[in-house]
Order: sequence, then structure tokens, then C-alpha cells
Amino acid sequence: MGGFDWEVIQRSLPYLFKTGMTFTVELTLIAMVGGIFFGTLLAMMRLSSHKYLSIPAGAYVNLMRSIPLVLVIFWFFFLVPYIGGWVTRSSSPIQVGAFASAVITFTMFEATYYCEIMRAGIQSVARGQVWSGYALGLNYWQTMGHIVLPQAFRNMVPVLLTQTIILFQDTSLVYVISATDFMGAASKIANRDYRLVEMYSFVAVVYFAISFSLSYFVKRLQVKIAVIR
Amino acid sequence: MGYHWNWSILFQPEPGGTGTYLHFLLGGLVWTLATALSAWVIALAVGSVVGTLRTTANPWVVRAGNFYVEIFRNIPLIVQMFLWFFVFPELLPVKWGDAIKQITPPWGSYYTAVLCLGVFTSVRVAEQVRAGIQSLPRGQRMAATAMGLTQAQAYRFVILPQAFRIILPPLTSEFMNIIKNSSVAYTIGLAELTGRSRAMQEFSFQPFEAFAAATTLYLITNVVVVLGMRWLERRVRVPGLIAVEAGGH
Repeated sequence: MGGFDWEVIQRSLPYLFKTGMTFTVELTLIAMVGGIFFGTLLAMMRLSSHKYLSIPAGAYVNLMRSIPLVLVIFWFFFLVPYIGGWVTRSSSPIQVGAFASAVITFTMFEATYYCEIMRAGIQSVARGQVWSGYALGLNYWQTMGHIVLPQAFRNMVPVLLTQTIILFQDTSLVYVISATDFMGAASKIANRDYRLVEMYSFVAVVYFAISFSLSYFVKRLQVKIAVIR
Repeated sequence: MGYHWNWSILFQPEPGGTGTYLHFLLGGLVWTLATALSAWVIALAVGSVVGTLRTTANPWVVRAGNFYVEIFRNIPLIVQMFLWFFVFPELLPVKWGDAIKQITPPWGSYYTAVLCLGVFTSVRVAEQVRAGIQSLPRGQRMAATAMGLTQAQAYRFVILPQAFRIILPPLTSEFMNIIKNSSVAYTIGLAELTGRSRAMQEFSFQPFEAFAAATTLYLITNVVVVLGMRWLERRVRVPGLIAVEAGGH
């Protein structure tokens, strides 16, 4: 293979960013919000004294964390249509697009990683805080919502953001269900025009630039928070 | 609406003619483990060197180490896989590139996957090694110097033996990660466990049996790794030196 054609990148910029990067960023943001929400619930379940809550939550988290993300993506890709069909009581599995499937997969998968972070966050809050909440007459949800979780979040912000950078990089694996995220868009162009070197190098540079800037930002945030405390 | 379960599919022959689907998946597990173990050798060797170099006093060595770590930490694994597989051979002299492309099928993907996973994991190992070394009291290094050990001897006999014991638990999770991450090699054509369960789904139209079998094999592997590493932790523990916490994470 002689000359490289770097123009191919310029020609496909609108497709790469308007279609691909939009998919990637939307998936990352929705999975982050959903993952932190369900992850926090899972963490509360894991820390609960009720066995009916802590054991299933622990089993779910450990199961998800011991199998590869690619396999989880396959599981949900085939499972979601059936669950959808069951929920809507339709006679056959429903059609689910790649984006919806990816959103559900990444929310449910990342929730287990956010769960472990939030669990550490909740445990980092002094016990006395909980007791004083109860002493003031607050119930469990009020104590959690007004006293424990705000502090847990604040302590864990850098770690949650670092996990989100990992999530951002992991979304590139939706390639395996032929979704058109940034990676998928680039690979479609690469194979159509036979410009694999140019496209994959460009993809690497873009992912690097974004992840590196984000982790630099997180590092600075960490220093800031550390000084305040 | 219902899914037609058929667990006996696992004992039916797969179309490739190598035996039953169960054999097919177990063969995939062998590829998974072979890839993970070979890559682990690279990861541990390179990661230890880079991690150690990043704790030395020479700023240029530290900078080079940081550069290496940042590069491989900020690019997604699948992109790195494609870089090694599609881009790297094109950037070499034509003769070498052609030689690489002519390696017989499973081995080309295998070597690429091992190299890619090894490098990818080495930066994580390097981070752990650096953290382990920096977690030691400064007095250890000072005492070693005071006793007349050279820098290399201080690392070899005082610092690294302690640091490695401290980072054994995080290294265990890195090792489990390398097993899980080897599934990404399926995208460059390696017939490892996840790829084979996908192939089985395509041949047999029984996705859930295929994925459940693969999931079970991954879970068994995890249990074996955890037990093995626990044994190793007990084995190398120096009584009274570093308390190995029971449980936790």
C-alpha cells in the first residue's frame, strides 16, 4: 500500500461527528446518569441489613463485574427484545434499535461499577452523621437524601468522573453490534473506502485528545477538592 | 411469546465438525486463557519496569514513563486492537508488513491480541507498581541507601519485594481484567470464548444457551483465579510485616 489519503478524514468529518460522535456522547451521558442512579440504589441495597436486598444486589454486581463487557453487550442485545415483548405482552420479541439496546446495556453494566464507587462513598461518611440524622427524627430516605448521599457524592466526584472516562472509552465496543458510534462510523468509512490506516489513526487521536483532556480536568478537580478539605 | 429453550444444543455437533458445541466453547476458553496468560507476561514485565522507572529521580525517565502510560491509557482497547492489527503492519517497511500479514490465520490474530493486551495492561500494572512503591515509608529507601546499597540494589532487595506484596490484590483484579479484555480480540478474528459463543448463537439460533454457557465458563475461571491468588497472597506473606486484610476489596 503506497500513498495514504488523509483527505478521506476531511471528507467524512460531518458523518464522523454528527452521526458517530453524537451517538457516543449521548450514550455516555445517558449511561452515566442512569448508571449513577441505579448504581446508588444498588449500593444502598448492598449496604442494607435486609438480606433480601443485599444478597441479590451483591450477586448482580459480582456477576456483571466478572464477565466481559462484549458478552454483556451480546446478552442485552438479544435479551432486551424478549423483555420488551414480555412487558408489552406482545406475541413476539419487539424490535429494539442499536441505540436503545446500547443505552440499556451500558446503564445496567456501568451501574455495577458506579455501585462499588458509591458504596465506598457512603462508607466514607462518618457513622455519627447517620445517627444524628435519625436523632433529628429523619427517616431512612431523608437521612440518605439530605445527609449521607450529598457527602458521599462530593467525596466521590473525581472517582465517578474517572469511571465516566472509562465508560466513554468503553462505548466504542458497541462496534460489535454494528452500531454507528464514533468508532462504528469510522470503521464503516474505513471499509467502504479501504482507508483503514487513516481512519483508525484519526479515531485513536480523537479518543486520546478527549480522554486526556478529561482526565487532566479530573486531576485538577481532585487537587482543588483536596485543598478545600 | 416464548423463547424455545434447548439446553441439549450444547451436546449437539457444531457445524465446523470439531465436536459438540460444548467442546467448541471449551476450545474458546483455551484461546482466552492462552491469550490472557501470554499477554500477562508482557504486562507484568513491561509494567514493572515502567512503574519502577517512574519512581526514580531522573525527570526525563519519569516523563518518558508518563508519556507511555498516558498514550495507552487514553485510547479505547478496541481502537488499540485495530491499530496493531490494521495500521501497525502498514507503517513498517513493506517487506515486514507483508510478512506479518502472511502469518497463518489464527496466529496473526493471536500474536496481535497478545501484544495489544500486554501493552494495554502494562500501563495499568505500571500505575499499580508506582503506587505500591510510593506507598512505602520513605525511611525504607533511606535506610537502604544508608546501608550502602546502590539504587538498583535498594529496589531489588528492599523496595520491590515489599511493593509487590502490597499490590498483589489490585494485580489480581488486573489479571481478571486481562481475561475479560481478551474478548475484544474477537473483533480481529480470534476465536476466543466470547467470539465462539457469538458464533454458536449464529449457527444454532440459541443465543441464551450460548451466552449462559460462556458466562458460566467465565465465572468458573474467576473463581479459580481468586482462589489461586489468595493462596499466593498467603504464600508470600511475611509474618508481621504487612497485614493482609481479610476480605474487603
